[in-house]
Amino acid sequence: MSVSRRIFIRDGVATVAVGLAAPSFLSAIAQAQSSNPNRRLVVVYLGGGNDSLNTLIGYRDAAYYSRRPSIAVPAGQVLQVGTDASGMTMGLHPRLAGLANIFNEGRLALVQRTGYPNSSRSHFEASDIWGTANPQMSTGSGWLGRYLDTLPRPLDALAAWNTTGETPRALLSGQSGVPAIPNASTYTFGSPNRGAAAVQERAAAQTMAGNPAAGRPHLAYLNDASRGAIETLDRVALASQYTPTVVYPNNGFAGSLRTIAGAIVRGIGSRVYWTQTGGYDTHADQGGGGLGAYGNLMGTLGDGLWAFYSDIRNQGLAADTTIIVFSEFSRRISENGSAGTDHGAAGVMMVMGGSVRGGLYGTAPQLSPGHPTLENNSGDVHYETDFRSVYARLLDNWLGVNSVPILNGDFRAGAPAVF
Amino acid sequence: MARLNPDIDHLLRRAGFGVSAEEADHYKDMSLAQAVADLVDYEGRPDDVDERIGRPDHARVIPSKINPTRDLFSPDIDIDDARQRWMFRMLHTRRPLQEKMTLFWHNHFATGFSKLANDSGMLQGAKLLVHKPGVLRGPAGQVETLRRQALGNFRNMLLDMAKDAAMLIWLDGNTNTKAKPQENFGREIMELFTVGVGHYTEPDVYAAAKVFTGWNLKPSADYTNDDYGSMNAYQEFVWRPDQHDTGAKTFSFPIYSDGSRTIPARSESDGYQDGIDLINALAMHPETARRFARKWWNFFISEIQPPDPAFVEATANVYLQNRSEIRPVIRSILSSPWFTDPNNRFTRFAWPVEYVTRSIKEVGWQNLELDKVRSPMAAMGQLLYEPPNVAGWHLGVDWFSTGTMLARANFAATVAASQKEFLAASLMPEVKSADGLLATMLDRVTPAPLDQGPQQALMTYLLADGAWRGTESELTTRAAGLARLLIGCSEYQLV
Repeated sequence: MSVSRRIFIRDGVATVAVGLAAPSFLSAIAQAQSSNPNRRLVVVYLGGGNDSLNTLIGYRDAAYYSRRPSIAVPAGQVLQVGTDASGMTMGLHPRLAGLANIFNEGRLALVQRTGYPNSSRSHFEASDIWGTANPQMSTGSGWLGRYLDTLPRPLDALAAWNTTGETPRALLSGQSGVPAIPNASTYTFGSPNRGAAAVQERAAAQTMAGNPAAGRPHLAYLNDASRGAIETLDRVALASQYTPTVVYPNNGFAGSLRTIAGAIVRGIGSRVYWTQTGGYDTHADQGGGGLGAYGNLMGTLGDGLWAFYSDIRNQGLAADTTIIVFSEFSRRISENGSAGTDHGAAGVMMVMGGSVRGGLYGTAPQLSPGHPTLENNSGDVHYETDFRSVYARLLDNWLGVNSVPILNGDFRAGAPAVF
Repeated sequence: MARLNPDIDHLLRRAGFGVSAEEADHYKDMSLAQAVADLVDYEGRPDDVDERIGRPDHARVIPSKINPTRDLFSPDIDIDDARQRWMFRMLHTRRPLQEKMTLFWHNHFATGFSKLANDSGMLQGAKLLVHKPGVLRGPAGQVETLRRQALGNFRNMLLDMAKDAAMLIWLDGNTNTKAKPQENFGREIMELFTVGVGHYTEPDVYAAAKVFTGWNLKPSADYTNDDYGSMNAYQEFVWRPDQHDTGAKTFSFPIYSDGSRTIPARSESDGYQDGIDLINALAMHPETARRFARKWWNFFISEIQPPDPAFVEATANVYLQNRSEIRPVIRSILSSPWFTDPNNRFTRFAWPVEYVTRSIKEVGWQNLELDKVRSPMAAMGQLLYEPPNVAGWHLGVDWFSTGTMLARANFAATVAASQKEFLAASLMPEVKSADGLLATMLDRVTPAPLDQGPQQALMTYLLADGAWRGTESELTTRAAGLARLLIGCSEYQLV
């Protein structure tokens, strides 16, 4: 039996990943866009389930305050962003001042009530679903991995750049490995020796990792990871030498964005960057009035993205850069007994960048019990925009590929016109 | 240190952390069955590992620098000292399977220090996880509770975890009251600790939350959540009848042996029994047994073959017939034909903690400070007492990316550098050629079998300066470089 050299093994189940055939045609839009290879997508994942109702706040909805007596953000504190198509007046969390700036410049799109039918309340299943882009299947390759599979071969080893330690499902693919480079400055080859012997060790390690490992696909997979590391060391070193134009906050999330900015400015050429920030599983003591744990989360997010956006804009690269922000689900509408919120359903997605058509997309949930924007006995927010239609817009109109084979379906119809 | 027979090497990689020189001596004349019994019935072996901390012929621990006022090694109240103690135990224990199963349970009930420290302060946060009972006042830390019954009864362990102070903070059970039930623990006890996704419903989550209303925490009188308060202060489980939801709770699966799915309405004073009933039902649920069988297939047998259905049924049956006793299940697995099948050797991806421990055992620990392995392990994706979330670490191929692979290879460089002089001194008498060096090192450092290409690359490296001259400086350089290449290569990441 011949087995593909690259094989994915998850939960003890080995499955040979079957790559998608290259699309036989590209849509007219995609053809028009595909000529620009500089365009890049930065994906920001908020780990744990972001409480969207406190990110983008319907601050004139009385039910928002009655259902969240200790964690609501007072109307006087929100950063107003105007009225949506359903007449709901919305404001951003007070710690998102940087994002409010980008919104006011017309470069931040807030896509309300994104989700999918029968939203999973399990962190692990839900984040995998956002990765596979298939609510019926939480295993297998990811949507961005399948995008990378459409790029010309041989694939550049840095076609995508993951700043986290492990590869998220969205980037998994049968044919396109993605390097994980959390910190460019420690991405170097260590040796117990100096000089010629150290250089010889690196050569030996590279040769060993080049062994095809016939009959042992699991070993070949590890060799791919080793080789991917060794072959990208020198270019990553270039990115690590970048001096930003702004001061980034001193935290891991901002540090990863700074690394991404370095890679972009140094012309590494990655098409997709992945970063994430965690702590969003706010079951208890999430804080009220814009303060506390949730306030800190918003501060980390907003300040980091503002530094990154400003830096990239200063470098004249904003028009070729799009950032998306998502989480695996939002949270229950009513606060729980711990002044926190349990797992919920649909939430807000953000799309920002120098080419984005900013504004409020979709309609906000209205929180009084019985309202059709709600589900689960009015406990949760019901989705309006399928998250795959946002993916479709990004694939077709930004990355310049046909979204249909990548998403295994045509989700263009309900897509928010963010480009 | 020479390799043992391949069956026992395999056993000690899976049921332990590889083979140190001491262990090679202990196991060298045993049959496989004797070695399995030695590991499984570990009460027959001394539990003296903590007493050996500080001995000169062992790896070293140094007090961490988290608390600048403390210069004593304090593994019951300082998380980084506790990390060193656990690494020390895994390296030097005479009961490897006890440590291995403790690691398994730590991943299963994955509880993270950071949230505990945010809630209770640095000292109390550590104590909640790592306090060895009897050292200070207050209950055992969570991982010590797991260690005590590493091969015990799962139903009892699950009850202990439901009442464990660290768990009550980690999954917010301490705020679960009848007015506002808290779903976090109620969900995870089904999704992650027992039956798994697909075998419970959303209404089950709401019902489970109500079952555990009133299972809260009580601090001692001297407790504060300052970072460094009283080390004798503690928090412990308390049952608050007045905070318990006394209504009936109905589940989608049987709770009682007569098939009834409803925990009846009970008076406040009897309400604690709700939790016992649910825990009994979940521990003995057939899907819990099957889920453990699959997890243990991946942990002990193979990560590259899917679980054999015959193994899953057989293992689940042993679990259920023994009323959730773990020891007979593990004994059965390690004695099974699936375990001894030579095709299953080196088919599991080493966790960073396994990789680090095994490489130190094989290359050497002289003068090695265990505080120095923490950062490299974090870069590989595994900081003990800090799983990424309640689902535990992502195992198997998920451990590996270019970044984590580079972190492993660079740890190999660190270990090789730390043992450079010792390696050369121990090899000098016997090594007379490049071939000899490779053969001797491969008897000591044990990657999965190397194909001809990698072996050739290693010989090219050893002879990069021309013919072997046999000088001490040549041996010092090449032995360290060779150790680094062998520990850092892909083949070594398999156990």
